[in-house]
Amino acid sequence: MSDTALAPARSRRRILPLSLRLWGLLILLVACAAGYMLIGAEAPWSFLLPYRGAKLAALVLVGVALSVATVVFQTLTANRILTPSLMGFDALYIFVLTLMVHSLGATAYANIPVGLIFTINLGSMALLGLLLFAVLLRLARGDMVRLVLTGIVLGLLIRSITEFVQRLIDPNEFQTVQSLSVARFTQVDTGLLALSSLAIGVGLVLAWRLRLRLDVLALGDAAATGLGEPPAKLQRHAMLVICLLVASATALVGPMASQGAGPSSFFGLIVTAIAHVLTPTHRHSVLLPSAALIGGIILVGGQLMAERVFALATPLIVVIELIGGGVFLIVLLKRRAA
Amino acid sequence: MIRISGLSHSIAGTPILRDIDLTIPRGGITALIGPNGAGKSTLLSLIARLQKIQTGTITVGDLTIGTASDQDLARTLAVMAQSSHVQARLRLSELVSFGRYPWNRGRPGPQDHARVEQALERFGLIPLRDRFLDEISGGQRQRAFAAMAYVQDTPYLLLDEPLNNLDIAAARDLMSLVRDMADTDGRTVVIVLHDINYATAFADHLVVMKDGAIAAQGRPDQTVSEALLEQVFGTRARVEILQDRPVVLV
Ligand SMILES: Nc1ncnc2c1ncn2[C@@H]1O[C@H](COP(=O)(O)OP(=O)(O)O)[C@@H](O)[C@H]1O
Ligand SMILES: [Mg+2]
Repeated sequence: MSDTALAPARSRRRILPLSLRLWGLLILLVACAAGYMLIGAEAPWSFLLPYRGAKLAALVLVGVALSVATVVFQTLTANRILTPSLMGFDALYIFVLTLMVHSLGATAYANIPVGLIFTINLGSMALLGLLLFAVLLRLARGDMVRLVLTGIVLGLLIRSITEFVQRLIDPNEFQTVQSLSVARFTQVDTGLLALSSLAIGVGLVLAWRLRLRLDVLALGDAAATGLGEPPAKLQRHAMLVICLLVASATALVGPMASQGAGPSSFFGLIVTAIAHVLTPTHRHSVLLPSAALIGGIILVGGQLMAERVFALATPLIVVIELIGGGVFLIVLLKRRAA
Repeated sequence: MIRISGLSHSIAGTPILRDIDLTIPRGGITALIGPNGAGKSTLLSLIARLQKIQTGTITVGDLTIGTASDQDLARTLAVMAQSSHVQARLRLSELVSFGRYPWNRGRPGPQDHARVEQALERFGLIPLRDRFLDEISGGQRQRAFAAMAYVQDTPYLLLDEPLNNLDIAAARDLMSLVRDMADTDGRTVVIVLHDINYATAFADHLVVMKDGAIAAQGRPDQTVSEALLEQVFGTRARVEILQDRPVVLV
């Protein structure tokens, strides 16, 4: 064939093997974690270790959970610009929060045991997930675009009801809602950590077990069906995993999209964009750990910078949203041009 | 043998396929031809289980579509995918390896690698193996998808208009490979073609569809005629016999 002469033969192998890159990311994450634990230690270690340790654990858990959920979600919906937070989880979290503060009052709300709040949040989000994915998936007949659009509309609906309720509550209570409406890693309850690491751990194991099937799904619906992996079945399993991961992470620290009103949580978007650049492959056995590590690095490293280096007053998430907006535009424009 | 009986299909009340009974023989190439909108793709997608069967039954070998397991079907029936639907950024050899999925569930062993290697060789894809799918021509991509279907090692192979957008060299090239799969490996190939001359040149058996029904079927030289073109396609074109094969003069 005439085109053989142009073939660059085997010279296109990667400069650095993917496995080495994953190890590199792991080392970077460990370094960030060590830095987070050790830098700027001004209090006694007996206090610092558990205090910082709990925060570190929360950062890693949330970073890993949301990143893995985003990778799975993007494969499922065959896109690189959406994240699962689009589906109204954040909006629902704020809605439940607003309802509780409104009906109980800010003081009573503050006295509810955190474990109970976590359970209520996880429960309500799991219910939303179930509604979205069990009922709507059937109604949308496996049409992911329709499902995602329904999720967006549902999120908008929840948001406007929330706003309506927020108008009814007094300014004091509104303040409480506001301050809790953005992910924070300031005070982390160890009981909560145990609960959520359990839930997230289960989610991660399930996601890992889907990795080979997700590879096939990325070939497109028809090809996947032909290879014996019909999307409808896989969609149900994968959506369950996404729900579990996002709901647990959100219940642990709060919404990752600022005010739950962003077009998407940019965090997941940044992570997957970087993962596709640093570990360019279609294989989920690489993409999932890669995204998980990058998610951890961004949150731990970012928090380290924000807290210790710049002494920022703004929550880390606000900064991430800002950077994420830029990444979003780049990803969007690059895809258009391609 | 693919057996289709009492197959009807409608979308939003509009009948697309009307009570089709059809037996596609084991071995050789069966070409589906017919005007646009005749229902060829719909028929193929029902055999390929890309859509749910509404009425009727389809059996492929001894498997019944709808009740047989996904894995058994994937080991019996390969569908050559349309290259435009792949989003993932894949190298050509990685794409071909996916054809082994029904046999290894994503965990390739040495014999899978050997099989892929052999397919790359046979389809002339060795020099392109490390290219990404968006870095090769349409014809090369179609060849890669054919190689993927080839390593799936199924007795049955379905293709829907694989020659779309291919120039004459790439089209003939691909058809020879398909012909070879039928002859050398004894696969049963069902292929939708819109160019009747390709169908008469490469197929053993023609099935002509019109308005969701079978209008004619049989050996190409006994099926394609000026009368058929007028009756099914609604066009007057001359048909000449060249080297014992009917050729439509366009
Ligand atoms: N998703 C759909 N919705 C509505 N009509 C459809 C759909 N798919 C196919 N059709 C109709 O079914 C008929 C057969 O289509 P198709 O099987 O694609 O024909 P062919 O492949 O022979 O050109 C056409 O009239 C087409 O308009
Ligand atoms: Mg068609």
